[in-house]
Amino acid sequence: MTEPLAFEKSRASLPGPRLPAAGVPEVAPADILPAGALRSTPPRLPRLSEPELMRHYSRLGAMNYSISKNFYPLGSCTMKYNPVVNEVAASLPGFAWLHPYQPEDTVQGALELMWDLEQALCAVVGMDRMSLQPAAGAHGEWTGLRMIQAYHEDRGDERTEVLVPDSAHGTNPASAALCGFRVVEVKSAPDGRVSLPDLEGKLNERTAAIMLTNPNTVGTFEEEILEIAEMVHAVGAKLYYDGANLNALMGICRPGDMGFDVVHLNLHKTFTTPHGGGGPGAGPVGVKHELEPFLPRPTVRKENGHYRFDQERPKSIGRVRSFYGNFGMLVRALTYILAMGGDGLSQASLDAVLAANYLRSRLDGLLEFPQPPPCKHEFVASARSLPNGIKALDLAKGLLERGFYAPTIYFPLIVPEAVMVEPTETESKATLDAFTEAVAEIVRLAQSEPDRLREEPTSLPVGRLDEVAAARNPVLRWSPRAAD
Amino acid sequence: MPYLVHSPEDRSEMLAAIGVESMEALLSDIPARLRIQGLDLPAGLSEAEAMGRIRALAARNRTFEDRLTFRGGGVYRRFIPAAVAAVTSKGEFYTAYTPYQPEASQGWLQAIFEFQTMIAELTGMDVANASLYDGATAVAEAAMMAVVQTGRDKVLVAGYLHPEYEETLRGFAKGRKFHVLHHPSSAGVVDPGSIEKELHEGIAAVIFQQPNFLGLVEDAAALTAAAHTHGALAIACVDPISLAVLAAPGEYGADIAVGEGQQLGLAPSFGGPHVGFMACRTELVRRLPGRLVGQAFDHRDRRGYVLTLQAREQHIRREKATSNICTNHALCALAATVYLAYMGPDGLRSVAGTSLSRAHHLSERLAALPGFSPAFPRASFLSEFPLRVDQPEALLSRLSERGILGGLDAGRWFPELAGVLLFCCTELNDPGALDELVEACS
Repeated sequence: MTEPLAFEKSRASLPGPRLPAAGVPEVAPADILPAGALRSTPPRLPRLSEPELMRHYSRLGAMNYSISKNFYPLGSCTMKYNPVVNEVAASLPGFAWLHPYQPEDTVQGALELMWDLEQALCAVVGMDRMSLQPAAGAHGEWTGLRMIQAYHEDRGDERTEVLVPDSAHGTNPASAALCGFRVVEVKSAPDGRVSLPDLEGKLNERTAAIMLTNPNTVGTFEEEILEIAEMVHAVGAKLYYDGANLNALMGICRPGDMGFDVVHLNLHKTFTTPHGGGGPGAGPVGVKHELEPFLPRPTVRKENGHYRFDQERPKSIGRVRSFYGNFGMLVRALTYILAMGGDGLSQASLDAVLAANYLRSRLDGLLEFPQPPPCKHEFVASARSLPNGIKALDLAKGLLERGFYAPTIYFPLIVPEAVMVEPTETESKATLDAFTEAVAEIVRLAQSEPDRLREEPTSLPVGRLDEVAAARNPVLRWSPRAAD
Repeated sequence: MPYLVHSPEDRSEMLAAIGVESMEALLSDIPARLRIQGLDLPAGLSEAEAMGRIRALAARNRTFEDRLTFRGGGVYRRFIPAAVAAVTSKGEFYTAYTPYQPEASQGWLQAIFEFQTMIAELTGMDVANASLYDGATAVAEAAMMAVVQTGRDKVLVAGYLHPEYEETLRGFAKGRKFHVLHHPSSAGVVDPGSIEKELHEGIAAVIFQQPNFLGLVEDAAALTAAAHTHGALAIACVDPISLAVLAAPGEYGADIAVGEGQQLGLAPSFGGPHVGFMACRTELVRRLPGRLVGQAFDHRDRRGYVLTLQAREQHIRREKATSNICTNHALCALAATVYLAYMGPDGLRSVAGTSLSRAHHLSERLAALPGFSPAFPRASFLSEFPLRVDQPEALLSRLSERGILGGLDAGRWFPELAGVLLFCCTELNDPGALDELVEACS
């Protein structure tokens, strides 16, 4: 079943909703503005009654897969359960109705919350200070790189290159380029880890930073991270930690101890704020003392039990967005941290690693594994050994047909027909077993009925959509037909 | 422990299935000197205790009643229909991932397609993207589009752009190595004649806010025409509610329209999360940052929606992408979509009209009081306006004692506006609230 667009359900004769009348002498726009400043035709927004509107969006919701329904095996996305109490916390009137420009003495609770969250996140990753401003992981990356850029400039040191492994998330090179850096790719060794000889050849006095994910995107720990840190620091460059994979390490080890100078976190991954169909997230970025002067302003300062915004930061890179960050997401993350505590967060990472290794062992023999075990919180398999030309894409669509979401596919780029799986700590053994069964059935079908598999999914609102045609002749909005 | 699913027996069984004795075997690749023994954080709390802590923090904040909030400056208290939260709090929406697998994500994709259409309609532009973080980053992204499109390395900010948007823009410009010039306005709004003199062939874009940060209505058509005369793009940063009344950027020929969508069904929430939007002419669509949803068909010719033109994006193009943005603000965009579907064209017009009537009524009454005068009497405004006030600090604390969040002190950012307060009115500031404010100011 598909659902018409809201615009297609609109009826021109329907009156608008009941809203407050002015109750003061009415002023018509034409009385106060020149004709040229006025809108000539109203926007063609849909006209729907509230019952129709609610049914429309309920039907749309029913067409979505979600973590509240079932398992997302998406690698590097950390799709864990979103605690429902977090939503209650963020919607408390004392948070939701705060205006960002209220006097500081009326927002002490909000500032204290930001302070507490900063301290807690610093403890998890081993950094000294943190900015909660960035709205997402990529925004945090850009913010971190801007601070590194400012740090070098402050020392009169012109550095133009950022090193990024070929296995990195696409946001890493994109953030570096957006910061005006030349991106230099570092090759991976056959085991998926950074190739030290290749790194050595690319590090020099032009290197501003290297961006690393640890565990890396094939799910293995960079065992030589301390050697890498020494090499990078020896040429005066900084080590940047992409926190997308932090869920493997809480309470086990800390990026700050590995030698990382800047760390960004994804609160919408590790700290359970919901993905919301693609945001809002939050991407706090932490630094060691040396980079603290460059943090975006304002930061929160605590003085004699009183909190205030510190705006006077002469070396700050300035603000990176309006106001103070995605505050509602910060409330959710702190609620989660309070409930979990240090013991709970540590157990969460252990369980995430356990779940990934368990699922990997169950899938062994069904799919090919380029890297030996153990993995950390995620692993990468390859679908290239599937028979009859069945691809990772077919495996993905087959999983949708069987009530699961698909793993991340065709990433990282260094593994052909990559199938990247991250089960997280909030999926039960029974769910992981059921997922294994679904993969096993697909592998059997790849042998016996490959054409049937290529037709899947058949039980969802639509089958495989022609994405090539959609991109060639893009239709990006509804338009009224010429006849209307 | 909350949210963890395994029993001790499950863990033992899973370790046995893996074929290892203990968890340590799975962590053997982490150098011993990096290992820590747990986190330096308090032990976990029950939900009741955790919420007790969170409620205590919330209680240390003071919230002003919506009817007595006269402060805006980019974030406004407006009526939010119950339908908005009823939709956005559905697990099928808020716990879903980015819709990369379209067959299992049609609800989200269609909702975003509707959002794109509504933003395009509001702004009068051809196309809109699936959302950005906020108004500030939307301005910065638009400037970068213009720099790439024109091959020029300067942008000109005309007049009173939100100071935090301009600061954000300057940060992006430093990274991307382009320059931000500022054209001041002494009369509250920009004199289009004066800006002509500053325009030259090196300018990629003229950026203006409509209404501007002070709430005053710029001559958007003249600013756009001036930009075009010199081959620059015109970037309009617009207030979405105002577009029920004011000419749409598409009507006066702007190239890119951006803005902050908080007023479309989102709580102030101490400044976020809100939602940035961006719309442009068709010719610029391949330079748009972020996600785009397009129509597609399956082999049975059923209509559906997919993420499209992904060759612009970081996960495909890496360092050559139009932007680094990945996660955006989809759930906030959904709130805006439900809000706009609820309002329809008449509802939006009513909201804008009521705000406008009340703001003009309030402005007249306040300006009649001793010690109050319009800061820019010749400029037009809609629902936010600058007043020059004797002793603004004393006034604001007097209002606060009466439970009123008074106007925003513009002198905080602009020295020439010392003593100027920006007051705003929305459909929530009822006539009685206006009386209370006027009385408290008297």
